[in-house]
Amino acid sequence: MKTDQPVSMFGLAAEFEDDRQLLKAVRQARAAGYEDINAYTPYYVEGLTEAMGKKQSNINYFLVLIGLAVGALLGFWLQYWTDVINYPINVGGRPFNSWPAFLIITFEAAILFAALTAVAVLFLRSGLPLPYHPIFNAPNIELASSERFFLVVRVQDRNFQLRQTREFLQSLDPVSVSEVPG
Amino acid sequence: MATQSRRLPAAEPPESEEQHEPFVLGSVTEKISSTIFGRTPLWWWIGFGVSSLLLLIFAYTLLAIAVEGTGLWGINVPIVWGMGIVNLIFWIGIGHAGTFISAFLLLMRQHWRGTFSRFAEAMTLFALTTAGLFPLFHVGRPEMIYYILPYPNTMGLNPQWRSPLVWDFIAITTYGIVSLIFWYIDLLPDLAAMRDKARKPSTKRFYGLLSMGWRGDAGHWEGLHKTSYILAAIATPLVISVHSIVGLDFAISIAPGWHHTIFPPFFVGGAIFSGLAMVIIFATLLRSGFNMQRLIPLKHLDNAAKLMLVTGLIVVYGYIIETFGAWYTGEPHEWALVVNRALGPYAPTFWGMIIFNGVVIQALWFKRVRRNPTLLILISLSVLIGMWLERWVIVPVSLSYTYLPGTWEIFNVTIWDILTLISPFGLFFTAMFVFIRILPVLPIHETQAVAVEESRE
Repeated sequence: MKTDQPVSMFGLAAEFEDDRQLLKAVRQARAAGYEDINAYTPYYVEGLTEAMGKKQSNINYFLVLIGLAVGALLGFWLQYWTDVINYPINVGGRPFNSWPAFLIITFEAAILFAALTAVAVLFLRSGLPLPYHPIFNAPNIELASSERFFLVVRVQDRNFQLRQTREFLQSLDPVSVSEVPG
Repeated sequence: MATQSRRLPAAEPPESEEQHEPFVLGSVTEKISSTIFGRTPLWWWIGFGVSSLLLLIFAYTLLAIAVEGTGLWGINVPIVWGMGIVNLIFWIGIGHAGTFISAFLLLMRQHWRGTFSRFAEAMTLFALTTAGLFPLFHVGRPEMIYYILPYPNTMGLNPQWRSPLVWDFIAITTYGIVSLIFWYIDLLPDLAAMRDKARKPSTKRFYGLLSMGWRGDAGHWEGLHKTSYILAAIATPLVISVHSIVGLDFAISIAPGWHHTIFPPFFVGGAIFSGLAMVIIFATLLRSGFNMQRLIPLKHLDNAAKLMLVTGLIVVYGYIIETFGAWYTGEPHEWALVVNRALGPYAPTFWGMIIFNGVVIQALWFKRVRRNPTLLILISLSVLIGMWLERWVIVPVSLSYTYLPGTWEIFNVTIWDILTLISPFGLFFTAMFVFIRILPVLPIHETQAVAVEESRE
């Protein structure tokens, strides 16, 4: 980053000491018309996503169910194909398609695929792994993993005006408000 | 603040359970990260030294068995399953408590799960690693183990899908993978916290890479929260299935002492029972080793002890039904085995099992016992011994007394059997000692959230 050029900005960050304070601030920011906001917290804060106006989606559950079904089908198919189609062996007259005995591996395969789907969805939806993110430039952001709560209003927001937004954030009674270069 | 924590005195004055200082946000991170960034305590070096020595012995034992063959163990017809299988079941059992605590207790919304979940899951992973080595060497040809995988080969052969041993392989592999990812995603925020706490650039980079760029934004937390519940819902039936399948290894055969329908649930109960014993031992040692009296309160040990009592009673119920079933079926060989177990040459191990598992845990009915760490350690040790003896009684003792009197045999314990019994603890404990120094031993984020909630009540 060259020093003579104006530094590009990611947004304005307000730092709070308490999750209830943060929740209140998020609601007020929403009420003030800010849309492109995000919050950074050291632990899961109940109701934060709702306060930010993000819609709850059940896509995770849906995809995991698909993973479960695909795993079950593949698991059963693997056994059916090997024992009935590929190399049928008659062992004491037992049916080639011994489906009750196949259910256990079917179950395990379903579980495995569902779990892998769940984690894949988690990583894809949260955009991880991501080695660099502009928010890491925010002052004191390293406290966001232990004791501080941050509310960030992005520059992209329709209502973002450096001075007004800063004044608005100051009015929420934070520990500090700082610019996040990015 | 971080520099202060580094100079935490080695022996903090023990905090009593009742006097709670006002909770300060961030203090949990301070305390838990001090196990990583603080000075290495002397007991750690001693423990690590002893366990790595045992680990070396374990490596030597396995090498000898791979080179010389399984004949080094005292196994022979009719007792073809010996120490390898006994230890396999014992170690998989140890692993079961971790997933049970982190998954089942999460679904039940038990707040105290956070105290145990992280290191109990680490125990699961290391116990599974240990357990997985035994069948590998028990088959006698470790380099051929991939034959059990369904892969296209020139012989055109496929695994026998009707065999519980193949089920076992698939189930344990699935269990290992699911436990690992469950453990890891819950670690992400804590690794990020360690990244932010670390002072040395190399340490920062290490935790930074492991935390995958976790920022703790609202979307991350929402995703993690949801995924944890999904995985818990998936892992709970999985953990039940794994030891059930181990039980089926026996129940599906027709040998007396093995052919019981009670085996799958009985094995699951026993597995969680022994796993909880290991969790309690570890929690208690961690508690005094790192002065974590506040983070691992007696109340939570009490809860874990109650669970241990419940699962112990399930095991005792299993013994009763097993004996009753042998009598009620009227099958002479089954009944003869029951009598032989109790009065025959292996009677000491049978009664040892009854006493260590069934009698000693009755002390857990008393609150004063459940809240006494020293007694808890002693009872848990008794449970571990008892559960090991149970697997011993089930595996070689049953095989020593099957249908034909001509095949009755006494298991010939060799020095290698004894080494195989003792040395795996080296692998397990070395891994645990490394774990407590490089990863947060308690889930920081969850502990903080619970503490905040409690401080407001």
